[in-house]
Amino acid sequence: MASATTHDHGHAGHDSHDHHGPGPWTRIFTTTNHKDIGSMYLWFSLVMFFVGGAMALLIRAELFQPGLQVVQPEFFNSLTTVHALVMIFGAVMPAFVGFANWLIPLQIGTADMAFPRMNNWSFWLMIPATALLMASFFVPGGAAASGWTLYPPLVTQGGIGVDMTILAIHILGASSIMGSINIITTILNLRAPGMTLMRMPMFVWTWLITAYLIIAVMPVLAGCITMLLTDRHFGTSFFNAAGGGDPTMFMHIFWFFGHPEVYILILPAFGIMSQIIPTFARKPLFGYASMVYATASIAILSFIVWGHHMFTVGMPAAGQLFFMYATMLIAVPTGVKIFNWIATMWRGSISFETPMLFAIGFLCMFTLGGFSGLVLAIVPVDITLHNTYYVVAHFHYVLFPGAIWALMAGVYFWLPKWTGRMYNESLGKWHFWLSAVSFNVTFFPQHFLGLAGMPRRIPDYAMQFSEWNQISTIGAFALGISQLLFVYNVVATIRSGKKAEQKQWDSADSLEWTHLPSPVPYHTFETPPDLRTAKPAGH
Amino acid sequence: MFMNANSFTNGQPKSGTGGNRLLGAAAAIFALLINPLTALASYDVNIPEPATSIATQIYGLHMYILYFCAVIFVVVFAAMFYSIFKFRKSKGAKADVNFHESTLIEIIWTIIPFFILLFMAVPATKSVLDMKDTSNPDITIKVTGYQWGWRYDYAADDFGFYSTLSTPWNQIGQPGEPATEKKGDDYLLEVDNPLVVPVGKRVRVLVTSNDVIHGWYVPQLGINQYGIPGFIKDVWFKADRVGTFKGQCSQICGKLHGYMPVTVVVKSEADYAKWLEESKTKWNPKKNEAVVAASADDYTKVHTLAEMKAAGEKIYTTNCVACHQANGKGTPPAFPALSGSKVVLGPVDGQINLLLNGKANTAMASFARLSDTDIAAVMTYTKNSWDNNTGKVVQPADIKAKRKA
Amino acid sequence: MSTENTATGGYYFAPPSIWPVVGSTALLFLGAGTAMWMNQIQPWGGVCQVIGFAILLYMLFGWFGTVIRESESGLYNSQVDLSFRWSMGWFIFSEVMFFAAFFGALYYARVFSIPWLGDFENAFLWQGYDAKWPTLGPYFEQNPALVFQTMGAWGIPALNTALLLASGVTVTYAHHALIANNRSGLIWGLVATIALGVVFLGFQIYEYVHAYTDLNLKLSSGVFGSTFFLLTGFHGFHVTLGVIMLTVILFRCMKGHFKPDSHFGFEAVAWYWHFVDVVWLGLFIFVYVLV
Ligand code: HEA
Ligand code: HEA
Ligand code: CUA
Ligand SMILES: [Cu+2]
Repeated sequence: MASATTHDHGHAGHDSHDHHGPGPWTRIFTTTNHKDIGSMYLWFSLVMFFVGGAMALLIRAELFQPGLQVVQPEFFNSLTTVHALVMIFGAVMPAFVGFANWLIPLQIGTADMAFPRMNNWSFWLMIPATALLMASFFVPGGAAASGWTLYPPLVTQGGIGVDMTILAIHILGASSIMGSINIITTILNLRAPGMTLMRMPMFVWTWLITAYLIIAVMPVLAGCITMLLTDRHFGTSFFNAAGGGDPTMFMHIFWFFGHPEVYILILPAFGIMSQIIPTFARKPLFGYASMVYATASIAILSFIVWGHHMFTVGMPAAGQLFFMYATMLIAVPTGVKIFNWIATMWRGSISFETPMLFAIGFLCMFTLGGFSGLVLAIVPVDITLHNTYYVVAHFHYVLFPGAIWALMAGVYFWLPKWTGRMYNESLGKWHFWLSAVSFNVTFFPQHFLGLAGMPRRIPDYAMQFSEWNQISTIGAFALGISQLLFVYNVVATIRSGKKAEQKQWDSADSLEWTHLPSPVPYHTFETPPDLRTAKPAGH
Repeated sequence: MFMNANSFTNGQPKSGTGGNRLLGAAAAIFALLINPLTALASYDVNIPEPATSIATQIYGLHMYILYFCAVIFVVVFAAMFYSIFKFRKSKGAKADVNFHESTLIEIIWTIIPFFILLFMAVPATKSVLDMKDTSNPDITIKVTGYQWGWRYDYAADDFGFYSTLSTPWNQIGQPGEPATEKKGDDYLLEVDNPLVVPVGKRVRVLVTSNDVIHGWYVPQLGINQYGIPGFIKDVWFKADRVGTFKGQCSQICGKLHGYMPVTVVVKSEADYAKWLEESKTKWNPKKNEAVVAASADDYTKVHTLAEMKAAGEKIYTTNCVACHQANGKGTPPAFPALSGSKVVLGPVDGQINLLLNGKANTAMASFARLSDTDIAAVMTYTKNSWDNNTGKVVQPADIKAKRKA
Repeated sequence: MSTENTATGGYYFAPPSIWPVVGSTALLFLGAGTAMWMNQIQPWGGVCQVIGFAILLYMLFGWFGTVIRESESGLYNSQVDLSFRWSMGWFIFSEVMFFAAFFGALYYARVFSIPWLGDFENAFLWQGYDAKWPTLGPYFEQNPALVFQTMGAWGIPALNTALLLASGVTVTYAHHALIANNRSGLIWGLVATIALGVVFLGFQIYEYVHAYTDLNLKLSSGVFGSTFFLLTGFHGFHVTLGVIMLTVILFRCMKGHFKPDSHFGFEAVAWYWHFVDVVWLGLFIFVYVLV
């Protein structure tokens, strides 16, 4: 990724109107170039992925056998909490924003994001936020230990670490909102002539919709944790029954953000899939229009299903039924997407390079995760599965082979374009197969643990859960180590990968492949291409 | 449609904790591969055997949904793997680039899932309404979550009692200092005083909490209900057989969330009646004044330092050690040290007050549930252990006095 | 939505800038400082907050200064202008959602949690709590020292409503003056708007003092106090921002900035002002009138 950066130093010299600051450091701090910023986002999220993963491995180590061996219960709860926050806000979201930065201007044919300075700030806000979040481990009382959902009154018991976490989330929210405003504006206003909305590559579409979701729910989260803060320190009683408030109110507000949030984590992944699958099936995306509508419906439905996280708070039957039906409905548009992807492969001419392997892996694993989600949507079943490891299994199936694999597939797919160098194919295949096996070894058994009634967020468990936990832990370490292959492959590619062609993938048809060399120059589309006559991408 | 719900033919009870359970697991995975559904129907890898009509419905519903998903799964994956094998470039497949739109197919595969969902929604709705109908109960019990334990109040017979983990801490161990005792079969699932209910009676449970949110979760009874401080939410169950049913707190509630089991003992009518009579006197604050005078917890009795310290150590290791640690150093600042603590070394009243009322917005819960003698004993222990040697003996009477005030 | 547009090479993409990292540094200090301040870690908390705030101001001046200079030197073509319009629109949408969270809290408390606290089951916990809005909540209610009176709607709040509505008119008048290239009309329109905003804030402050001293209505007055002060407080904060922005615009107008055909800086602030106005109407109805 960064070779776009490193590489372009040479390129910078004979680039007349190019605006880098002098040294590489000044450049990192001041750059307004969407490629620089995209790379910074991607590197940042890779680091955070490993930090969050290291926490996950600590969690799994403690859960290797019953009893307390590795960490104190309180610290375990902090690990769980921060693992989730780091993975969601530190790894997945920034990674997708990194892709957005790199690809949207290239795919709609414009020189940069609409607001390059604000773009840079969106990235640099991640730093103070992460600093606060990580530092909270080292303050008296330790990091927040309430689970990433931060339910009161438990968080009220926490120390300054909780406040640091809350403020960190405030800053991250500001960053996401600015990033999204930037993305929406770029897409709506900077498209090259002829790049109509219904001609945009699916990745751009999914980000347009995701950005809308982010702008709609991040402020709600901000308000929500602001109320937490005032309850903690300024004597308000939003979530305190003594004063007429209600802890359940927090859950409603939080999950009004929380559920759309999980689609924020998956819609851009869908977008990446819709770029990769047609390319390797050598066939246009099946049902482009219905893909757009399906994505939009998922986004809209995601606002009215939040109650499915709260079936056990004792909401009235009417509420439970409403949220159950609404949640089940989401299976329909999501199904449409799955079917369209399969139909894209149908009667294609498929080859199985690493990105395609990850894409197919995504299809299989995400569908499984979707099914377990559907099982959880059934109120009576959720009663017995809520807050058990079944839930943990569900969301790791949609998040790891969902979000994370989509990201990795995307990196393998665009690395040749970004760096002008080709990754090591066989290493990539190893990475996929090792991840695929170890992931399922890690998380499939967690379905059984959940069904058998093992609660989540516990550092220690009853004997009957021992063996599945052992298997899960073994899998987790294998999974962790397999990810090192990815890092090695990326770094090796950047430093010494063999030269890549402009159209590394013969039937890739979005602008970055059809109009730009590999590696893409530091400045692209300074005069936008005129596409009014061209055949639209993906059609 | 629930025909498989009650057919537990292939459901063997939970095997013990033998060494080669890993093998068993491997076997289960294998079984899963050859025949997912039968494997899933066995309790090793499925919801534990239901003991109420609701739980039975849940079990059936889960299998029912699972079958649907399995079928869809097969269809979807068949299509996908067919194209993966049939349409691969390496086998010279040519792409049919014009096959990228078909309103008809797209409508079909939008409609079909919708109808499948209807088939799932109908029975689900039925059980939801059933679950939610808490009308005309035979018994009503109030369940209150505490950090970290439960209180059960039999409103009608005005008595109630606390129920906390009874697994000794030296089975659990600490990072660095491994468990000194072998873990029992009921490790982390055993309590001092279980909830007792009669078989075949509608029990209405009013769940609430005293501090943070807890989850009263007993899978086999089909109950998982948050206890929300300041609110009461009601659920019901009717156990269809005698037995002991175990669960755990399902909502993270702080440090000892993992050490907060629920045990429900379902007794026959007769046994329940007997238990009820005993409990009325045993647990009723008013009635047991008389009993107490004779019993061990005679607050008028004056004890010696030695016996109180010895007694106190037991209380400490069951109630306090988790946070304040065996060496009394705690894990500050969240869990302050008692060794050299101002509160412990200071005036008796201060410490009694703390123990009886707990400390707001901290994990220090009220221990008012302990008997006067126990509180006095544990206080004596803390005042005369580690770096503390005040030589002070706290007497049950002191506590009694404070309780009254 | 501009589905079809013909972008030319003329779009102005900002050159590298130091302001973003400056802003992030500011937020690092502000965040750490606030966390410490809220946990009585003084003076460090306060110190960090002051430093952070100072850096933030420095950044705001620098950043907006740059934007204004770029704008005045004609670097922004019509497409850049459209970008600003989109982004301001979406920003205001995010603000709407922020307030939605607090209105949602008010709605939930009044429609769900309070009645639940008063219902049959909860009699086990709160005997004889009559769940009527406004309320202190079932426990606080038992403490006479906490009893409060509510803020009447038809005194100052009604007056404030009038003020804000009027300010909406004046700012629109200023806008028309700007388009008609009637500079003095523009300036007086802005002055009037700012004046109305300031008076509004003055009344708001007076009202808070009145609430604390005479009505015993405090932030800690149960969920009523919580929602009352956070809703009105955040609105007041936004009015303050609005007034500051209007003042900046006023000075720019005095310096002769903005043309009848291009003046989005002005319009953005006007939009923001109208948004603050509308939020107030919501407040007036749900917080003051419908108690
Ligand atoms: C990327 C993130 C992501 C995604 C995409 C989803 C997708 C879905 N999720 Fe998940 N979910 C999470 C992340 C995600 N979830 C997280 C993080 C939590 C836990 C939060 C916490 O408590 O910490 C959670 C928790 C969670 C719960 C609460 C469980 C509990 O706490 O008790 C529920 C319950 O309804 C649920 C349901 C669903 C459903 C129905 C979908 C649907 O969108 C799935 C739709 C997809 C399919 C159904 C498969 C493909 C479809 C077909 C092949 C068509 C044919 C199929 C049918 C007709 C059935 N999720
Ligand atoms: C995108 C989101 C995401 C991702 C990618 C992951 C990834 C993983 N998660 Fe995560 N997880 C969540 C989101 C995610 N998780 C959420 C939201 C929760 C709920 C939290 C809550 O309950 O509040 C959760 C909770 C959670 C739990 C339950 C904890 C509990 O309930 O107490 C567990 C337990 O197994 C777990 C395990 C794992 C594992 C093994 C991985 C693996 O995929 C990670 C693989 C490992 C790596 C990729 C790192 C490799 C590291 C090394 C090789 C070591 C070297 C280290 C360094 C160089 C620093 N997660
Ligand atoms: Cu109590 Cu978890
Ligand atoms: Cu959800």
